[in-house]
Amino acid sequence: MAAALICVISVAVFLQFFVSYCRSVLAVSRKVELSDRVREVSGIANRSVGAEDFSRLVQLVRLCPEQGDDETEIRAVGAYYGLLRIIKYFSTFLIPGFGPWTERERRSCSHFAAVALDRRISYSRDLFTQQVADRT
Amino acid sequence: MLGPFDYALWIVGFLVEIGVVVCVFYRRDLLRYLPLTIYMLCAAFVNCGQYFYVQHFGFTSQQYFYYYYYTESLLTILLFWTIIQFYQQMFREMNVTRYIRGAAVLLLLSTALFSYVVVHENRSHLTTHFVVELGQNLHFVGMVLTYLLWGAILKLRETRTRLIQMVLALGVYFSATACTYALRNLFPVLQPAVLRWVPPIMGVWLPIAWAYTFAKVSEDSRLATARLVARAR
Repeated sequence: MAAALICVISVAVFLQFFVSYCRSVLAVSRKVELSDRVREVSGIANRSVGAEDFSRLVQLVRLCPEQGDDETEIRAVGAYYGLLRIIKYFSTFLIPGFGPWTERERRSCSHFAAVALDRRISYSRDLFTQQVADRT
Repeated sequence: MLGPFDYALWIVGFLVEIGVVVCVFYRRDLLRYLPLTIYMLCAAFVNCGQYFYVQHFGFTSQQYFYYYYYTESLLTILLFWTIIQFYQQMFREMNVTRYIRGAAVLLLLSTALFSYVVVHENRSHLTTHFVVELGQNLHFVGMVLTYLLWGAILKLRETRTRLIQMVLALGVYFSATACTYALRNLFPVLQPAVLRWVPPIMGVWLPIAWAYTFAKVSEDSRLATARLVARAR
């Protein structure tokens, strides 16, 4: 009985902590403006980042050389995005009020992925510049 | 038998724990995060000890089993000290440090007394069930303490990003581990295939999340907590 109670409470608390943690990571990137370069590369030059852009942006992130310090954040936000997709799916039938909220959150995840892509592109350019400088 | 993933988790965990200690020293935050640093150092030593026990006695040995669960319990008690230090940081301006210390001592004494009573009653059969039960209770207490701290952060509108992220990471760790222990108590059959992976992954999660916070978030960084509370409108 006690174990069952602990299990139920822990799952509820875990979800709350996990969502808040991901939101705290996303909040930091939300303040960052996207560069024209990343908008052009990801095909969002004339519009804002959409909720459905996340997977494509993460694929682009994977094409860039790893910076080494953002992989955990990307995975955590990827898990959060997956959770949001599940919530969106069920909320369509059960709690329609959650729809706009999940949409906003998924857009934040996409913005986070775009910021990560921007950072990695800058890193790749720095690497390239450094290699050219070493050769000359 | 242990596979490459187990060893990878082990090595990554050890390196990140040392990484957190290096970050604290590099940022000259040792006094501010002393309990956390001691916890990370002890966790790194326990990792080395686990490797020694696996090499000498084997992964399925009784020696490794008891070493794992009892050091885990001791580390959890050390983690309580870290939580108490977060409480002190949180209520620093309210001059209630004295009361927090008193409450902390009381809590530790009660935990020790409770553990003693449980051990005394189970001394004839200190079995697998007992160590799992103890681990579950300790992690549940940790989760409750972290949840109360998170409640205080929201209520007092705390804005220090570093403190917020560290408390949230701790909450994820405690709740996931408490849930795993409870599931193990309820469904022991799930342990070999599924549940055995969760504590090592969470053991790596906590130092990684803290290392990220130390490396990326400055002490002066601020964040509105209202943004973190999920509300559907």
